[in-house]
Amino acid sequence: MLEIKNLNVSTDNTHILKGISLKVSAGEIHAIMGPNGSGKSSLAFSLAGKPGYNVTSGEIIFDKTNITSMEPEGRARAGIFLSFQHPVEVPGVRLDQFLRASFNAINKSREMDQLDPLQFDKKLKERLKVVDMDPALTKRFVNTGFSGGEKKRNEILQMAILQPQLAVLDEPDSGLDVDALKSVADAINKLRHSSNAIIIITHYQRILEYVVPDAVHILMDGRIVKSGNKDLAREVESQGYEQFANYLSNQSHLTEKESRQ
Amino acid sequence: MATTNEDLKTIASQQYQYGWVTDVESEEAPKGLTEDTIRWISSKKNEPQFMLDWRLKAFRHWGKLVGKSESPTWANISHPPIDYQNIIYYSAPKPKKKLDSLDEVDPELLSAYEKLGIPLDEQKRLAGVAVDAIFDSVSIATTFQEELSKHGIIFCSFSDALQNYPELIKKYLGSVVPYTDNFYACLNAAVFSDGSFCYVPKGVRCPLELTTYFRINSANTGQFERTLIIADEGSYVSYLEGCSAPIRDENQLHAAVVELITLDNAEIKYSTIQNWYPGDQNGKGGIYNFVTKRGKCQGKDSKISWTQVETGSAITWKYPSVILLGDNSIGEFYSVALTKGYQQADTGTKMIHIGKNTKSKIISKGISSGHGNNTYRGLVRIMPKADDAHNFTQCDSLLIGSSCGAHTAPYVEVQNKSAHLEHEAFTSKVDEDKLFYCNQRGMSGEEAQSLIINGFCKEVFRELPFEFAVEATRLMDLNLEGSVG
Ligand SMILES: Nc1ncnc2c1ncn2[C@@H]1O[C@H](COP(=O)(O)OP(=O)(O)O)[C@@H](O)[C@H]1O
Ligand SMILES: [Mg+2]
Repeated sequence: MLEIKNLNVSTDNTHILKGISLKVSAGEIHAIMGPNGSGKSSLAFSLAGKPGYNVTSGEIIFDKTNITSMEPEGRARAGIFLSFQHPVEVPGVRLDQFLRASFNAINKSREMDQLDPLQFDKKLKERLKVVDMDPALTKRFVNTGFSGGEKKRNEILQMAILQPQLAVLDEPDSGLDVDALKSVADAINKLRHSSNAIIIITHYQRILEYVVPDAVHILMDGRIVKSGNKDLAREVESQGYEQFANYLSNQSHLTEKESRQ
Repeated sequence: MATTNEDLKTIASQQYQYGWVTDVESEEAPKGLTEDTIRWISSKKNEPQFMLDWRLKAFRHWGKLVGKSESPTWANISHPPIDYQNIIYYSAPKPKKKLDSLDEVDPELLSAYEKLGIPLDEQKRLAGVAVDAIFDSVSIATTFQEELSKHGIIFCSFSDALQNYPELIKKYLGSVVPYTDNFYACLNAAVFSDGSFCYVPKGVRCPLELTTYFRINSANTGQFERTLIIADEGSYVSYLEGCSAPIRDENQLHAAVVELITLDNAEIKYSTIQNWYPGDQNGKGGIYNFVTKRGKCQGKDSKISWTQVETGSAITWKYPSVILLGDNSIGEFYSVALTKGYQQADTGTKMIHIGKNTKSKIISKGISSGHGNNTYRGLVRIMPKADDAHNFTQCDSLLIGSSCGAHTAPYVEVQNKSAHLEHEAFTSKVDEDKLFYCNQRGMSGEEAQSLIINGFCKEVFRELPFEFAVEATRLMDLNLEGSVG
């Protein structure tokens, strides 16, 4: 479903992602772990096509299409969803109206039916149950004055409504207490099925106890330094990220050597 | 690529939709302004003597102001001096014959209003809206008069009111905005040609939205209309005005006066959607919109609420205000002002608290793009006897691009220690993060921008009657449509 080939991304003058390659198939859950500043969010933004994250080389292939230079709304309509680490506030815009605008924009691009407010309300009520979110929030302005936990849950609600083929969840767990974490994980599990794929970005292994990944990748300084199965996440938990630093120095040593040649 | 602030900067190049001219023969006063011009206008309209006397007093006063070159200079706007002798003060479409009903209105005129989306034909009317249509200097048609008169409501052109209800006019005209008030109000008092008049009798809740639609058509013509609305004890009326003008290279002057009066327990809700021609993208042409609007809560427990959506005009200079005279009276001001291209807006309100326990609320939303310059100017004055007065002021600015300006000038004068005042202000940008968030949810750049801007304006739009809120939203989108996406 998704193939990232040797992706290099820069913002302004900073080289942030340094040759990322990754393959994700339908039905899979991949976890990307890494310390702060390692480039996790940048990878998520690059997949979603955020302006300012310039691909200097490499490709992103989604559903057999090269989307490397596609605009963000095009990618969203194609089925890529990003759950933001820091969801954005849109004052004055009621969440239910925002959700309907989003749902209809995507349906329209696929020449599918658009829903009127009443029809959409029915759908929304259903999905609210899946993510166990307070319906009152949908009458408030998008993310405005939401608690950290409410914002995260709202992102998952949007995933539940849009039913993307590929969901990239950037730290859906950060700032949540254990109960909230369990319920968000529970919602993610309900939303996984054989025809979609999920990439969970996280700093901690905690959430992976509940949402069990098929593969785990360690990201450091813009590179995937190690990939493995769910046990790799436990390794991080017990030993921290430092142990992977030598992979990194080996690799940068390599690239230095390569560049000298 | 996605929407960026770069793209948003190109917004200024939008086309004005209402820029066409209607081809009608018109009757005009000779160019320039002398006592004779005023006598000419007054006799044309067959006015009672008191009206002519008032006009002449105003004109003499204005003469002194011109002598001292006392046109206002304190506003944050700039324009070349206006040559008041180079303006035609009266222009009316020549009637083919005397009109007895709408059927006899020149079809050219009716179709002009159709094109503006304001059918005067009662069959095609907006549900629940009565319209007074003003074309250049005169009112050409008022709909639903019969329906309104069943409730004893008077809604007609100012000229008709002068013929039929001179005593009401004599009593209230100039009682809120005297001709000595300011330069433009004084000029208006001397030369005003028509406008709307409304009286809602005791205890009547007006069942229709009342609307005046102003259209400037002729070249070199100033529009000086005057609106007077009186809500008698315990009555309620909601009133809306809209405006547009053809595209012309010269600047045209629009200097209107609106006076509102509420007696005990009465309420007037006055809404404006102002879409005068703003000038082209280099700042050539456009309307100078220099307007004095003021309401007086004369009775206790009365309320006046102004809502304005200002998207047009080269220059807007207006401060819809409320004098809170009656105890427990309430004044409100909700404003969205959009400037793009080289538009300038200096707008705000004055809330003058005189009675006890009076309350005022000010919500101002300024949006600037292109080289637009947007100033909020407000005054809250608490007089010595206004015990327990409350004011809440919030003035927010939204910037699109980096060549535009937003300024706020809130003045406060408190002469009674029991006053409670609250003030909030923030400036934000249509930033890339918000746009990207919407884009990531499948919305195009334009959809995203419209959503964000309408969100910013929400607190004001929700004060508008429903049909007009829809219209205001559409107008914002139209005005801010750019080469995004
Ligand atoms: N828009 C940007 N402009 C400049 N530097 C950026 C930008 N986004 C991220 N970076 C830098 O890239 C590195 C990776 O950041 P980020 O992807 O947010 O890491 P993570 O999500 O793993 O904490 C950091 O050094 C950060 O400062
Ligand atoms: Mg991050």
